[in-house]
Amino acid sequence: MINKEFFLKGYKSILKHDSPAIALGCCFIAIGALLKNLGFNIQESVFSTMLTYALPGSLVMAESLLVGASLLNIFLAVWFVNARLYPMAVSLFPLMMHESQPKWKYYFSCHFIAVSAWLIMKSNYKSIPKEQRIDYWIGIGTATWSIAVIGTFIGFFSSEYLNKDLMMGLAILNPIYFLCMMVGASKTIQVSLSVILGLLLGPIFYFLTPEWSILLGGLVGGTIAYLIGELNVS
Amino acid sequence: MSANIIYAILLTSLATFLSRFLGVVSSEGIKETSKLFKWFNCLAYATLAALIARTIIFPVGVLIDSSYLSRLAVVILSLIVFFISKKNYVYPTIFSAVSMAILSNYF
Repeated sequence: MINKEFFLKGYKSILKHDSPAIALGCCFIAIGALLKNLGFNIQESVFSTMLTYALPGSLVMAESLLVGASLLNIFLAVWFVNARLYPMAVSLFPLMMHESQPKWKYYFSCHFIAVSAWLIMKSNYKSIPKEQRIDYWIGIGTATWSIAVIGTFIGFFSSEYLNKDLMMGLAILNPIYFLCMMVGASKTIQVSLSVILGLLLGPIFYFLTPEWSILLGGLVGGTIAYLIGELNVS
Repeated sequence: MSANIIYAILLTSLATFLSRFLGVVSSEGIKETSKLFKWFNCLAYATLAALIARTIIFPVGVLIDSSYLSRLAVVILSLIVFFISKKNYVYPTIFSAVSMAILSNYF
């Protein structure tokens, strides 16, 4: 079914020097505390992380509930903010597709697509034989997912000890970790340009249309980077 | 409120899973050496970068109450720590949390 050796290899990637464990755990501690303050009980908080497992989406849901938004609004707001998962999936799964592997593994493990697991897989996939990459990915995903669930649990029960300054510290940690990982991953012209243009265009588009700013910034920035990279090669 | 919370959780997870699942279904016909794959790779990195920039510049949640200056200072200092520590990911991450907690007191 799942190759144990590669699953464990993936699972252990969270113990490496570039591990997202601390950043991810701290962010979900903040989410756990936030959900408790919103009136969620422990089961709801943990299920929210288990089922969604995407930080910006959980934040948007919490904010929307806070202002009393309708369920349709919540669905659309989360879909917009998490639509980034689509290009992330398309730029990752072709690297893992192998005819000898059953399809259910791919459908089931797409739940683990989140920035931290995606970045680890992107920087390590070349060292794993293609046939075993999906098992390695399931290992990474299970590890990061369990950290998120444990973080939510800790955050829920420690919310009264977390003052505003500490919450701010926990909230900035994740974007900083991702920023460093993106800078570290910028090894080709196309990726470097994509990162730089995305960083610039995301906030610029925010002034025109806040809801679409991430997707537009990604689409325009990514396409320009792709075209410049292709021109450079040819 | 409680029923609403459960519906909100279910809809949030459905909205999130939708993009992931559609991404995997689309991946089935795409070769890793194709131009389409390269384009999606650029889109993914640019979208993530846009998300990070938006989270820092136009935050939601508790970061709204921190000043632009303190967030900018934390980003720049953390990147300096990142390069000084020979691209270690843990040091700048911890540094950012500590410096943000301290700076939010003063700015």
